[in-house]
Amino acid sequence: MARNVSPSRKTAITFLAWSIGLMMFFPILWTILTSFKTEAEAIASPPSFLAFHWTFENYLEVQERSNYFLHFLNSVIISFGSTILGLLLAIPASWGMAFVPGKRTNNLLVWMLSTKMLPPVGVLIPIYLIFRDTGLLDTRTGLVIVLTLINLPIIIWMLYTYFKEIPHEILEAARMDGATLGAEIMYILTPMALPGIASTFLLNVILAWNEAFWTLNLTAAKAAPLTAFIASYSSPEGLFYAKLSAASTMAIAPILILGWFSQKQLVRGLTFGAVK
Amino acid sequence: MGNIKLTEVTKSFGETEVIPPINLEVSDGQFVVFVGPSGCGKSTLLRLIAGLEDVTSGKIEIDGRDATTIPPAKRGLAMVFQSYALYPHMSVRRNIAFPLKMEGLSKQEIDARVATAAKILNLTDYLNRRPGQLSGGQRQRVAIGRAIVRQPAAFLFDEPLSNLDASLRVNMRLEIADLHHSLKTTMIYVTHDQIEAMTMADKIVVLHAGRIEQVGSPLELYSRPRNMFVAGFIGSPKMNFVAGADASKPEVETIGIRPEHIFLSKESGEWAGKVRVAEHLGSDTFLHVLVENLGTLTVRADGEFDVSYGDQVFLTADPSKIHSFDKNGEAIV
Repeated sequence: MARNVSPSRKTAITFLAWSIGLMMFFPILWTILTSFKTEAEAIASPPSFLAFHWTFENYLEVQERSNYFLHFLNSVIISFGSTILGLLLAIPASWGMAFVPGKRTNNLLVWMLSTKMLPPVGVLIPIYLIFRDTGLLDTRTGLVIVLTLINLPIIIWMLYTYFKEIPHEILEAARMDGATLGAEIMYILTPMALPGIASTFLLNVILAWNEAFWTLNLTAAKAAPLTAFIASYSSPEGLFYAKLSAASTMAIAPILILGWFSQKQLVRGLTFGAVK
Repeated sequence: MGNIKLTEVTKSFGETEVIPPINLEVSDGQFVVFVGPSGCGKSTLLRLIAGLEDVTSGKIEIDGRDATTIPPAKRGLAMVFQSYALYPHMSVRRNIAFPLKMEGLSKQEIDARVATAAKILNLTDYLNRRPGQLSGGQRQRVAIGRAIVRQPAAFLFDEPLSNLDASLRVNMRLEIADLHHSLKTTMIYVTHDQIEAMTMADKIVVLHAGRIEQVGSPLELYSRPRNMFVAGFIGSPKMNFVAGADASKPEVETIGIRPEHIFLSKESGEWAGKVRVAEHLGSDTFLHVLVENLGTLTVRADGEFDVSYGDQVFLTADPSKIHSFDKNGEAIV
């Protein structure tokens, strides 16, 4: 039976939902608006919402001062690279835990997740030293490795839950049909879990794209992704809000667009198996 | 060829032994049905033969070759699952072709074999559909198609009809029986439905708590059950059991008589009783009759037998069809 909602109640709920949505979106909107202001207007009090002198100056200056494209490329390589590498490791691992669980599989899963409970700064020094000694500091390879390891528990957990939804009998049928382990994973499991794998992929790209702690601490110039590019606008020379906002907008734009176009896939993946 | 031989095969899950030592031989071309109540180990036994479970001890031979440790794909067996286990992301054509692709056959060979299988199973018009777009019966046929293209040494069926509705089940039963006659390949079929077992099998293996209770042709099991379990499991409605000694055989604890071996009369007979429930099916009438000192007996009458609740009837057992069992439930001949 459909639940009865009175029109006034419905209006109130709609209003509430929009308010929360706008509240969450407001900082991003404000950043975007500020990026089109002059530095003086950016710090003006009271601030003007829309009635200011619109300018592209900040973007031009940011582009001139730092090589946006290099940082963009670094971000793409690091986030996609660590996600792909993570999936390659996580698919077989999750397969194992979902379909041939051992006595300690559950402990293993919780233990992997527990690594996410550790504050990253706790291992900064050892990792920094390892990176320094192995020449991985300020390299894309180094960041791909560290971000892969950091997000691996989440990837495995997500894939594990998706794989659990796949009926065991279908994999057994593949085995009876002569599929080797590799063929079983490639032709049956992966295509069947594709919505789940796709949303894991997207979510992880977003996580890696936005990751700032390790990218800031382990890079200097060459391998610095967009997070470091933003950070470079909030330091020694003092704060330049308008330019910082322009840099931020340029940094989040690609991932916002990716997220916007893939939202259907993301939602489908995140609710995968919820409704049979 | 499809000879399958199990020697002293056992299976334990942890501490629990689900299959105590079993010996069984299935000869080439036979249609063998494993039947038993749920949890009796029949599916486990099938999965051991398939290689989907590892035996704990013992030996499985397929065509004289020791297959105990051979992986499922290499045993040359094909299996049809209860849930059909079709690949949902592949078309019917690709589903059926999958085992051939895994074998590495050429495209022409695959196409030819898929076309033949589709023709046998009336699936030609559906080859480009996905499993989700098919009815239950069609899905079942795709699952069978995927099994027959491989030309396996034997087919293994794990309760293949239990997800179908009653009328479709009868049709598929006939189709599988037909398929067995035309392919003449060994088939091992697991079911909990004794009617499926009786109608399809050359040989029935009755399982109970992992043990083989009796192996034999359907009529052997029906007319000469080795113990009370088999006597009660085979035949529908169930055999009536009456506790009590038979004067001529002192060791008898229980006697059994099938509903169809009791003669029914309104006038006179051995036992008098009152009708509790009368089931009029048209072709048969099943009466559940309460007889004093014996309990409720089920009786079958041919065609219509006009009685209703509370009427008095007389029952007479056919003495040549009475089964006697000792205190352990073993048949006494």
